[in-house]
Amino acid sequence: MAEKIDYKSVLFNPFSKNNPVIVQILGICSVLAVTAKLAPAMVMGISVIAVLAFSNVIISLIRNTIPTNIRIIVQLVVVAGLVVIVSQLLQAYAYDVSKQLSVFIGLIITNCILMGRLEAFAMANRPWASFLDGIGNGVGYAIILIIVGFFRELLGSGTLLGFQVVPDSFYEAGYVNNGLMILPPMALVTVACIIWVHRSRNKDLQEP
Amino acid sequence: MTMNKQSNTYTIIYIVALVVLVGSALAFTAMSLKPRQQANLDADKMRQIMASVHLTADKGESIIDIYRSHITESFIIKEDGSRVDGDAFDVNTTLESKKPAADRLLPVYVCDLGDKGLKYIVPVNGAGLWGPIWGYVSFDSDGSTIYGAYFAHQGETPGLGAEIEKPAFSNQFDGKHVFKDGQFKPVNVIKAGQKPTDGEDYVNAISGGTITSKGVAAMLDDCLTPYKNFLSTLNK
Repeated sequence: MAEKIDYKSVLFNPFSKNNPVIVQILGICSVLAVTAKLAPAMVMGISVIAVLAFSNVIISLIRNTIPTNIRIIVQLVVVAGLVVIVSQLLQAYAYDVSKQLSVFIGLIITNCILMGRLEAFAMANRPWASFLDGIGNGVGYAIILIIVGFFRELLGSGTLLGFQVVPDSFYEAGYVNNGLMILPPMALVTVACIIWVHRSRNKDLQEP
Repeated sequence: MTMNKQSNTYTIIYIVALVVLVGSALAFTAMSLKPRQQANLDADKMRQIMASVHLTADKGESIIDIYRSHITESFIIKEDGSRVDGDAFDVNTTLESKKPAADRLLPVYVCDLGDKGLKYIVPVNGAGLWGPIWGYVSFDSDGSTIYGAYFAHQGETPGLGAEIEKPAFSNQFDGKHVFKDGQFKPVNVIKAGQKPTDGEDYVNAISGGTITSKGVAAMLDDCLTPYKNFLSTLNK
């Protein structure tokens, strides 16, 4: 490997300039599904970071032995194995959260971010760089999840992490929680707003 | 001899080895975490049972302790009221509710609330719009007055059908009667403003959650009726 890899950009690019959710528009399904409350959004983010980092490392370690015609299957088996382990751990140690996330932990397997990173990065890079790439993309995904979860829980339920933050006096004055925020379509609108703000600050990302 | 990585033999051996490896790792994880997961499931069931008598665990309290200190007895009965051997807690009520009423194993939990008297808690299982719904209903020692109810669902629409799990819905059941003039009539769930045709007690359905509300009514009808004989022996 003569090519020099800039570890810093591998780790930090996916935070903003190459964010998997708001720039590459990957993994939107789970953003819609798990962000009605902040806590499950955080756990989902952490789970994806863990699965992405470890599957990147594992695929990177065995990348030279994988027969090319079944490489997608091999990637799927590794990801599926890790996802089931994460889901089992959550059921054992964070039962309430695993109940809220229900099928969506299992659906990490189908999250395009994972397959995308494995195919585009881990298959061609060394384990350490792949690990950083996994962490970077996972964090980039988690940031968006947490922002969306923050606004949806705040406006939809008036709480954050289950604690009431909108004072009772607001409700007495006629303030009503926006029930629409809890429904999936508003996650899409919230993501769109984030993309709008992000593009307006990064002119080079704007399509002509 | 160097292996040809693109040959069929290599591919097959590779994938078999990988799957065996991943499979055994998963089997190991599942086996080693099983006891903890089962404990979580049991604690969750205890939480639901206690919710039907309005008892919840505060911070620092263990729901298992609350359950053990209040549930004095649990047993299984048949439709005719006769008792059957077995552990009520281990009965899979989801499966039982699909059998004909005469074949069902019917668990009963007896809860001692001190000066509020004995409560009889029975499980109910049914179907909502998107998936299963279930719950627990507790009766006063007269076998007719509902002391409390708890409902849960797997995937009802948030804000609509999912409202059945909120106390605003389930607390409506408090104080309703299932025996009217000696007739057994499970509590109905109907639209606000309407009256039931049969004179039974009723609660208000959830607006926008019509199918789920009907599911609750059907569930109560289907799962409380087999307890009729048992409840009428209490109702003397």
